[in-house]
Amino acid sequence: MEQMQQPVVSARALTKHFGDFVAVDSVDFDVRPGEAFGFLGPNGAGKSSTMRMIGAVSPITSGDLTVFGLDPAADGREIRSRLGVVPQDDNLDQELTVEENLIIYGRYFDLPRSVIRPRIDELLAFTQLEDRRHSRVEPLSGGMKRRLTIARSLISQPDLVLLDEPTTGLDPQARHLLWERLYQLKERGVTLIITTHYMDEAEQLCDRLVIMDRGKIVAEGSPAQLIANHTTREVLELRFRSEGRQESIDRLQGIGKKLEVLADRVLVSTEDAEASLAEVWARELHPVANLVRRSTLEDVFLALTGRTLVD
Amino acid sequence: MSTPTAIRVAESGWRRYKHTWRASLFSSFVNPVMLLLAMGIGLGSLVDDGPGGLVYVTWLAPGLLANIAMQTAAGESSYPVMAGMKWNKTYDAMLAGPLATSDIVLGHVSWVSFRIVQVTAVFAVVAVWLADLDPLGAVAATGAALLTGMAFIGLVTAYTAKFNNETSLANLFRYIVVPLFLFSGVFFPISQLPGFMQPLAWLTPLWHGVELSRWLAVGIDTAFSPMLHVGYLLVVGVLGFVLAVRLFEERLVK
Repeated sequence: MEQMQQPVVSARALTKHFGDFVAVDSVDFDVRPGEAFGFLGPNGAGKSSTMRMIGAVSPITSGDLTVFGLDPAADGREIRSRLGVVPQDDNLDQELTVEENLIIYGRYFDLPRSVIRPRIDELLAFTQLEDRRHSRVEPLSGGMKRRLTIARSLISQPDLVLLDEPTTGLDPQARHLLWERLYQLKERGVTLIITTHYMDEAEQLCDRLVIMDRGKIVAEGSPAQLIANHTTREVLELRFRSEGRQESIDRLQGIGKKLEVLADRVLVSTEDAEASLAEVWARELHPVANLVRRSTLEDVFLALTGRTLVD
Repeated sequence: MSTPTAIRVAESGWRRYKHTWRASLFSSFVNPVMLLLAMGIGLGSLVDDGPGGLVYVTWLAPGLLANIAMQTAAGESSYPVMAGMKWNKTYDAMLAGPLATSDIVLGHVSWVSFRIVQVTAVFAVVAVWLADLDPLGAVAATGAALLTGMAFIGLVTAYTAKFNNETSLANLFRYIVVPLFLFSGVFFPISQLPGFMQPLAWLTPLWHGVELSRWLAVGIDTAFSPMLHVGYLLVVGVLGFVLAVRLFEERLVK
């Protein structure tokens, strides 16, 4: 299994400064062919800066970075011709139609029209935009624009697709449709690199991920590994009335492995949340609400940084 | 057989134009003719004939031709460049693919040059009819107008990239384009300007363009050697291009 396949992207001590600000602080990672690799972290963690360096549009400050084995500083054009990029903000041509956005983008890659036409049919079907082919971009919904941006990134049949917060700002239905399409892409063998600040997105899409915080990588692994290494199997969430809250919290001590007190709720890390809940009741505590759930990457982030991931 | 990159970039300008041409129809094609009618024929009826019995409207028309080339270059290199850079960020999308900043600027220059040819050709036809220009002279003057416009594309694109805000674009027209239009020899020879202003006029690409255009259309000798005027416009055009690429790089690749 552990064939020494050349990584698609390899970074060593990769660093990016903007003036005095250190956006990315000496990170190491490898992305293997065909995997979905995630950068997870809050806003300002350095995810987008890392993506832009991988995309060969942002020069690195120091360290080593190769993409397809090439150096972005020397072979940026070659790298970019093999990439698909879905940026954080849709940068579609608002004045053109859906179809035209795909045509002009294909032309930037110097694809002949005879190649572009059938690909557009296929991509519009894939992103469920067929009936919008001749609509202008401007009035489309956020989810449709996102799907069009993804279709555009695929017009050149890239080996690697970079998705920077692909579902930020979308409603749940639009997110699920997008996840399903990205999952299909992965099944076709396309390597995906995804940044997100949504834990559920990382769990859904990523084979492996790194958690970034303040420019550094604080943990690395598969979603399951990260959960196993950094938190318990389950979590019990409790809410208490504000009066007597502190007293209730004091009396929780000793339940589960760890207590995390947040502004609005208390999280009990535990191997068995049902048992912990029974214990809460046995101590005659009366939370106004309780939730038994599996641990998520959100809990991992909390355990690693002491902070929650908030938009 | 691959198509040159600049042409493929210019194609997107054409596609955009097919959706938006109505918005620029009046300013591109009607306003210049209105100027010719009001200034050339209306006001011109009060102006004495020039050397060789040249009536004012005939003298004015080649100047206006160079002017509309500048106006088109400025119009296409201000707000549309701002849209690509800031409002719609389509330049970011282009740079994420295999294009470089120089490809984008060269594609822009190609597209705007096409627009200049289109706008000046229509005006030239009208000027042959209303201002009694010699058709061959009018065609030659259109070439001079293209060179004039091209001298402005890079400069205005660089200006837009440098300042990158709407107020600066309004100021560009208020403080640069309109004064150039009024005082670069389009309406009267710059010899009528106060002495200290004449060297200023020599610096403006528009004046060089007006000199060339008038020489080719109606045979009035240029102030300096025609090749000097051509050379000046070419140098300004290339400098503007280089400057625009540098500023695109600064603004978009960071």
